[in-house]
Amino acid sequence: MTTIFDKSEQGKTGTSFNEEPISGRNPEDELDDELLRSDAPGLPEISQPELIRHYTELSKKNYGVDDGLYPLGSCTMKHNPKPMEDLADNPQFKNHHPLVSEDVVQGNLELMYELGESLKNIAGMEGITLQPAAGAHGELTGMLMIRKYHEDNGELEQRRKILLPDSSHGTNPASAAVAGFDAVEIKSNDQGTVDLDQLEDAVGDDTAGIMLTVPNTLGIFETDITEIAEIVHDAGGLCYFDGANLNAFLGRVRPGDIGMDITHFNLHKTFSTPHGGGGPGAGPVGVKEELVPYLPVPVVEKSGDGYELNYDKSRTIGKVNSFSGPFGIMVKAYSYIRALGDEGLRDVSGNAVLNANYLKEKLKDDYEVAYEGLCKHEFVLSGSDVGEGVKTVDIAKRLLDYGYHPPTVYFPLIVKEALMVEPTETEAKEALDEFAEAMSSIAEEASENPDLLHEAPKTTPVGRLDETKAAREPVLRWRKNDEE
Amino acid sequence: MDFIPNTDSDRREMLEDIGVDSLEELFSDIPDDLKVERNLVDGHGETELELKDSVEKIADRNEKPGDRLSLIGAGLYDHFIPSVVSHVTGRSEFYSAYTPYQAEISQGTLTWMFEFQTEIAELTGMDIANSSMYDGGSSAAEAVLMAQEYLGKDKVIVSEALNPRYRDVIETYLPLEEKQIIELGSTEGRIDRGELDEILASEDSIAGLVVQSPNYLGIVENLSGLKEKLDDSFLIVSSNPISLGLIEPPGSFGADIVVGEGQPLGNPVNFGGPLLGLFATKKDYLRYLPGRVSGKTVDREGGEGYVMALQTREQHIKRERATSNICTNQALNALAATVYLASLGPSGLKSLARINWDKAHYLAGKLTDLPGVELAWDQPFFNEFALNFPGDPRDIWEKMKERGVDLLNPDYLQAAGWEDILLVAVTEKVKKEEMDDFVSMLRNEVE
Repeated sequence: MTTIFDKSEQGKTGTSFNEEPISGRNPEDELDDELLRSDAPGLPEISQPELIRHYTELSKKNYGVDDGLYPLGSCTMKHNPKPMEDLADNPQFKNHHPLVSEDVVQGNLELMYELGESLKNIAGMEGITLQPAAGAHGELTGMLMIRKYHEDNGELEQRRKILLPDSSHGTNPASAAVAGFDAVEIKSNDQGTVDLDQLEDAVGDDTAGIMLTVPNTLGIFETDITEIAEIVHDAGGLCYFDGANLNAFLGRVRPGDIGMDITHFNLHKTFSTPHGGGGPGAGPVGVKEELVPYLPVPVVEKSGDGYELNYDKSRTIGKVNSFSGPFGIMVKAYSYIRALGDEGLRDVSGNAVLNANYLKEKLKDDYEVAYEGLCKHEFVLSGSDVGEGVKTVDIAKRLLDYGYHPPTVYFPLIVKEALMVEPTETEAKEALDEFAEAMSSIAEEASENPDLLHEAPKTTPVGRLDETKAAREPVLRWRKNDEE
Repeated sequence: MDFIPNTDSDRREMLEDIGVDSLEELFSDIPDDLKVERNLVDGHGETELELKDSVEKIADRNEKPGDRLSLIGAGLYDHFIPSVVSHVTGRSEFYSAYTPYQAEISQGTLTWMFEFQTEIAELTGMDIANSSMYDGGSSAAEAVLMAQEYLGKDKVIVSEALNPRYRDVIETYLPLEEKQIIELGSTEGRIDRGELDEILASEDSIAGLVVQSPNYLGIVENLSGLKEKLDDSFLIVSSNPISLGLIEPPGSFGADIVVGEGQPLGNPVNFGGPLLGLFATKKDYLRYLPGRVSGKTVDREGGEGYVMALQTREQHIKRERATSNICTNQALNALAATVYLASLGPSGLKSLARINWDKAHYLAGKLTDLPGVELAWDQPFFNEFALNFPGDPRDIWEKMKERGVDLLNPDYLQAAGWEDILLVAVTEKVKKEEMDDFVSMLRNEVE
């Protein structure tokens, strides 16, 4: 794949500046020699037309939601409404510095405040921070609040364990560990939900809390959630609800009503803001009353007719973000909630769950469904036993030849050869039917001509890539002729 | 609903295929007493036309940024963004994709990530860079965690002239009970080397030193000799990437990790986000690197391509033993930076850095000609500088605000321990006439 460095040619530029100096002074006279840059950085040198051709060419080697179905489980790859992109691009919003006087930016603060209020209502929470920059960042924020809560109660020394079902998101144990907790895994029962007996055995006066993903990564709602909350609370722990899968029950169930103390939201999933090729996201965190004092600062507050940023919170965990959070994304999520309204929010989860169950129904004859029964917004298939020597990775790569982005593969870890499928509510029935046909053809190929799968993909810009080589002999930057 | 394609008849057919009677029945696994019936948000939902009107009304409740002059920096800088940037980031093949898990249909993303890593390594003078962190503050915090992990040491020395917000984030990220942060004071606006010697002589288990250049006060620190003092302990430097068009990069002074806020590279200030954390290091520490990286490899035919490399460091595989919990990062902001740096190239970046230096020095010169106004510290600076004023800087701040000039609220500086100064940032976007007007306004105040 040709990089922009390969196209670079000395003396070219795409953006030049040509302003006459006005100070009458020279950096060379005022900076010590050792502070002046001696060698120019090896940046590309390219003209504007060549630059645009290069990135247009690269864009064609990519696949986004706008290209087609993107059933990547637990990632909620739904349509990104275009009006929201335009609304957030408004210079009146985006050209303000976050440290400007609050009376200059009352509109921005109002939008943040109102978004926070909506999210609190949606989740049944009593306090909110919009600061975290992603879901995992929200998890970390929640874990740090749990820490501080136990510290204030004089119990942090003993409460070092965070319980995690084996069906939780991959970031959960890592977030608990970064916050200094020990992650303790709780096994799922044969229905794919938390095993209450095991939970009873695991809790104790060393329990700091539990992190629950609901619906879990099998797409199953934890029907015993109030019992789980009771067990954990009785032991003195707190309940963290991973809200990444909120698309499954938006407008129908509120974590705050069912015993949960903390939840994060992924604005880039449930609230349709673009995933950006791997971010930027936004991971606001809602909390119940007892955790409100620990929220990161600043907190956006209403004061009289206006809005302000309050830094004066003595028990805060501090700051998790340099400024007030990813404002540009908040504009899109706020607009999305306004566009949907109360009924629209319920339509989102209704149609997301309908599409998932419908697709599961269509696929169940050709692929083993990991857990029977109603799923929520996603479901898990197993790619084992579809054909001689055929693995899930082969199915995924063959899907590329059919023009689709594959489901999430090999996750959750508790299902052999897992394929986690989340169609989202923004897919039409026809699109689901076509995808099901492709999956069905692949199942047929798997038994009749498995080499088609082993050799896939054949139609993509590159063939199947060697990840082991990339790990063993890492080449992480361009150099002329790959010299060291 | 505009964003849901299914019609009522589609829904009926689909429910029939599933074998249930209603949409509600699909939620029958959830006990009724866990469900809500009440209205969760106000409103019936708005059409695109209504929405545009109502959201623009909120934007209009801000003062118009175009009518005001902003001289606020303190970590985020309002630079000119060439049109090529938004025309590339606006391609939905880029922005409507997610993390490049399926490399064969993500070569666009993986290729620009590889380009970004190269550009940041070049700019900072380091071996390698990752493909982004959340922001400058979290990059600094992750750098401290990485140094602690690599060296198995727990204390970190932090310069008091580090952006206080970064220091706050570092404190939040360091979860252990015992005091781990040792503050290093400054003398004449730069780190106090004598005090550093004392700390290093009296403390053990030092994982690293975090220093910023240009520092929070705009002053260019002299990094030479620091790594030699630190020995094995990490030299962690936070830098403004635009300044590196003019100033020798931290890599030349033996820095172990270079972090920074990448927003100035083609991203708007956007009221504080989304931002772009930069993270570059030496190749020896590769396996300890947080975040995602794109690496070059080959396909089965031997053709070149890129994949997410070293995923075994990451949370979705290593779970609680991962090098960081970061997953979603700031890809689109990193793409903006990639295109920005490619379009400017070395000559554009150098010119830009010199223009920033020149304009800031022009304004500083004019201001220090005013009676009683002087640089708080007579040290080399880049595009931001601290001034002493006669009288309370809050009065100046308030009066200038009324006249349409935004300065950093001195309360923020005071909270960080910097009393009675004003911090002024200038970028290439500030016009000479605007600076002259600002100087006349101030003259009226101080004379």
